[in-house]
Amino acid sequence: MIAVELRKLASRPRVWLSIGLLCALPALVAVLLSVSNLAPPPGQGGAFLSAVLRNGALFPAAALALVLPVFLPLAVAVFAGDAVAGEAATGTLRYLLVRPVSRSRVLVAKMVALAVFIVLAITMVVVTSLVVGLALFGTGAEAVGQSGAATSLSGVTLGPGELALRLLGAIGYIVVCMLGFGSIALFFSTLSDSAIGAALAALAVLIASSVLQTLQAADSIKPYLPTNYWLSWIDFFRDPILWRNIDSGLVLQACYIALFFGASWANFAAKDITS
Amino acid sequence: MIRTRGLTKRFGRITAVDGVDLDVRAGDRFGFLGPNGSGKTTLVRMLLGLVHATAGEIEVLGERMPAAAARVLPRVGAMVEGPAAYPHLSGRRNLSLFDAAGPGGGRRGRVDRVEDALARVGLSGVDKRAVSAYSLGMRQRLGLAAALLRGPSLLILDEPTNGLDPKGIREIRDLLIALNEGGTTVFLSSHLLAEVELLCTRVGIVDRGRMVLQDDLDNLRAPTGQVLVRSPDVAAVAALLAGRVVARDGEELTVRHADAAELNAELVRRGLRVSGIAELRRTLEQVVLESTGDSGDRVDRPPDPGAAQRRTRPTRGGDRTDHPREPDPTVAERPTTGDHLPGETPGEPDATTTGRTGDSATHRRGPDPEAEPDSAAGRISGDLHPGDHTGAPDGEVRR
Repeated sequence: MIAVELRKLASRPRVWLSIGLLCALPALVAVLLSVSNLAPPPGQGGAFLSAVLRNGALFPAAALALVLPVFLPLAVAVFAGDAVAGEAATGTLRYLLVRPVSRSRVLVAKMVALAVFIVLAITMVVVTSLVVGLALFGTGAEAVGQSGAATSLSGVTLGPGELALRLLGAIGYIVVCMLGFGSIALFFSTLSDSAIGAALAALAVLIASSVLQTLQAADSIKPYLPTNYWLSWIDFFRDPILWRNIDSGLVLQACYIALFFGASWANFAAKDITS
Repeated sequence: MIRTRGLTKRFGRITAVDGVDLDVRAGDRFGFLGPNGSGKTTLVRMLLGLVHATAGEIEVLGERMPAAAARVLPRVGAMVEGPAAYPHLSGRRNLSLFDAAGPGGGRRGRVDRVEDALARVGLSGVDKRAVSAYSLGMRQRLGLAAALLRGPSLLILDEPTNGLDPKGIREIRDLLIALNEGGTTVFLSSHLLAEVELLCTRVGIVDRGRMVLQDDLDNLRAPTGQVLVRSPDVAAVAALLAGRVVARDGEELTVRHADAAELNAELVRRGLRVSGIAELRRTLEQVVLESTGDSGDRVDRPPDPGAAQRRTRPTRGGDRTDHPREPDPTVAERPTTGDHLPGETPGEPDATTTGRTGDSATHRRGPDPEAEPDSAAGRISGDLHPGDHTGAPDGEVRR
């Protein structure tokens, strides 16, 4: 079933379209930056964008910062929201279940496909932005990490190997964050027979969480908001790496994954399939 | 093959399936009939473990469902409420994914299984175009192919000939009969009586969630003990058979008599000409109409014991749960509604086909040309109000 799910993923035009759009946005930004050579002033604009002009190898990090707040969760919500509700809407869910594929197996396969989709999307963004960054900005002979960039890199020079390692760490962290968010969307997907409805519900959670994060009165619940530690992947580019928020973020996302995957399972396993 | 005891399913306060005892034997071609909304699909879904029963037991292929689903379902081919496929993939690709998704879907032999299933339903020449470009009939065939893919010993099919042209229907019928002769039990749910009559050996009739009848088709269609005689000498025949004539219509007489051949011989012996004579058998349609109530998708107004009260109600603004036409005299002009109350006893033996078709015309109440001008706007909102269409018991929605 997992293999079938991955084949469906690979054969789906929508999947590749959304990944293509995710890659297009950073590429567009890179082109505009290189043409105008106007970096955002220090402290403003996207993270890393100032540093990028001096070192194209940092562009993947800038690209992640561009897609993470909205576009990546959007793609994840659409994909995960479609996971069960989409099958229900096309009617294929009932045929899968009488094939028979057990309901837990369906759900696990959907979760695995979701994880693969997230890894695939982020990898594609990183690879394309690395290529674009290196092509447009070069490798940057001088040291990276001038202080004054939106996120300080603590002023310490990072070698290419070190940089790659940290980038991998950041990718892994973002994948976990997206998986936590995706499991919320998956849960909504088991509730509804409408893929759009499930995706929108997940996005509503995302927006609500982002709104609360900026609200001082919500300070007490802030550490539990799903989006709270999303931006902590930037801490991978500090020196030394600031593990505190990253660790809290991983624990929080693990809780969200367990909670919502469990809820999806509890709901889906007992559900009457009337679609 | 399929046996249920007291099978019941409630969705909230609605009882979709109510104490059904189904018995499908090995080798049957079982026709499962009932009006729309009578619980056929819900029952089929329960047999397949898609919907959980509220009460009762289900046994399919000798094992309890849904507990033994993992052992039972691989031997069952099913089509539930129309075919379904991933629209952006080709039919072949769909079948091969379907084959790979479940148990026993080894890569070896998959191509053969898919091609064999496609050939059986007459799609062997289908090209690579996506299912979204298929016609309804092609999708139906593809759905059947998916049901046949694993060589099942029980086929559970919901309206398998939906969307097929007459030739396609014939092909599918021949295919199902051939499969049945090869040992596959066929359980077919349908409301196409002619189809069931031609295909099935046994029928079960369900109405408003209850099984009202379950028998061999031959028993149901047994002679009625009446003979239809057509004769130019109709008056003489009627005089001869006085007391046994049930009905007379022009040259045709319906006569109580056990043996048409003997009656014929007797009439001829007396020099009476016979231009036609036939034993009367009930058609399946008659059987079904006699044992079921109204069409399930009709929504008549509930019985109106409170009509008089409501007519005298002083105000009818604000809450438009009442039918806005209530003061309209047409309310009183519906004497036949009583025959069609949702609460009518199923299996009422005296109801005849003609009686029902005859007065159903009175219920085709579309937009009324004699609408009161002042309530026209109210009527629209009233008609849209769900309270008028649910047939809910009086006193819940209405007051």
